[in-house]
Amino acid sequence: MDTQALWLTLKLAVVTTFLLLCATVPLCHWLVFGKARWKSVIEAAASLPLLLPPTVLGFYLLVLLGPRTAPGRFLIHLIGHPIAFSFSGLVIGSMIYSLPFAVQPITSGFSGIAPEVLDAATLLGASRLRILIDLLLPLARRSIFTAAVLCFTHTIGEFGVVLMIGGDIPGATRTLSIAMYDQVQDFRYSEANRTAILLLIVSLLALILVYGRRKQLRRA
Amino acid sequence: MGGESSCVVPDSAFLTADMEHRVGTFTLRINFSLTTPWTVLFGPSGAGKSTILRILGGLLQPQNGRITMQDHIVLDVKQGISIPAGKRKIGYVTQQPALFPHMTVHRNVAFGLHALPPKERSRRVSEMLRLFRVDGLSERMPGELSGGEYQRVALARALAPEPRLLMLDEAFSGLDADLKESILSELTVWLAARGVPALYVSHDLGEAYQTAANVIVIDKGGVEVQGPVQEVLAPRRERLLRQLGIFS
Repeated sequence: MDTQALWLTLKLAVVTTFLLLCATVPLCHWLVFGKARWKSVIEAAASLPLLLPPTVLGFYLLVLLGPRTAPGRFLIHLIGHPIAFSFSGLVIGSMIYSLPFAVQPITSGFSGIAPEVLDAATLLGASRLRILIDLLLPLARRSIFTAAVLCFTHTIGEFGVVLMIGGDIPGATRTLSIAMYDQVQDFRYSEANRTAILLLIVSLLALILVYGRRKQLRRA
Repeated sequence: MGGESSCVVPDSAFLTADMEHRVGTFTLRINFSLTTPWTVLFGPSGAGKSTILRILGGLLQPQNGRITMQDHIVLDVKQGISIPAGKRKIGYVTQQPALFPHMTVHRNVAFGLHALPPKERSRRVSEMLRLFRVDGLSERMPGELSGGEYQRVALARALAPEPRLLMLDEAFSGLDADLKESILSELTVWLAARGVPALYVSHDLGEAYQTAANVIVIDKGGVEVQGPVQEVLAPRRERLLRQLGIFS
């Protein structure tokens, strides 16, 4: 078992999930309650990673974040090193790859809140921030929890994007799925089997957690 | 009921509204004023009654309009004035469930009192719960309440911040007649004591008679007729009684 890859994968999943939730809660709020006509364009763009092959996404990110483009050069200038083939690059790639897994449940959670409840809060003088903290987040907690577990699990298992943008640098960008790919390439099947079982258990546990917790929250 | 209350009626209109709003093929073009403690907006479903309340409350922005409340401009589209909904001090209770489902009754009623110090807030919540006879339910969740209890708590929450106007959008239509009458009696006393007028949306003739001092009949997005309930709704009442065979 490649423990270095295991810890890197867990770190990547935790950081990606946390940052993605921080970014998608305001995005979903805007998608559900905003009035801009071009919302559907953003919604479609946020769902694109569901259909796009991960290698295509990884390729574009690699080009976009590399020294060949202005945004890439700006980022390199800003942080002092290329984003590609670094942990930061993996986080950016994972966030974009898992975006629909956060946007879709949270959007549906916000949409399911009765408008009368939000109208009542508005007329009682609550600010937008208070409505978000006191009403939207607690009332959409099931969806936010689902989004968190899906993003975490999806990041644990991702392969194409991380390989394209991060390569295969031990300790820096080699995640569990890449380590498993290496093990298979080297005909180390028993090691690959252990890694596969671990990935399978993590995914299964995450799904059991989602369904179990959803039932608990529904009862609460 | 409302007509029998002792609420001091202001000399001038408490609220005047002149608004125009289009949604698809429906156009609301309306002009009215509130001069009595109870006013009923009466009319069929789809006439635009709830839209009027949403515009008055600041939840919907009309294409054109001017609303004044106690001589203060609340909305003037031409001048670009629109007081935010939360600052209009309007209590609003609807037929649809609107209590915060994850908060206890106590927390629901305290929600609009965030500007008060904790002791004062707690005192006001207890007072409102006692007034609407739901003081034994303060730790219950909204899902555990009966229909009557639910609407009493909704009223307590809407009135706790002491609004300048109470709007009721068919708030009691799901309740049985006795319960409705009892809630309306308590409410009338409270509103009268504080001089708070009520605007009550209904399409129920009985309710209009029960509460109204003044009736505004809305149809197809406009005011059909406005005046005292006995005058305005008398033809409808007689027609209904004839249909029931009580009157020939």
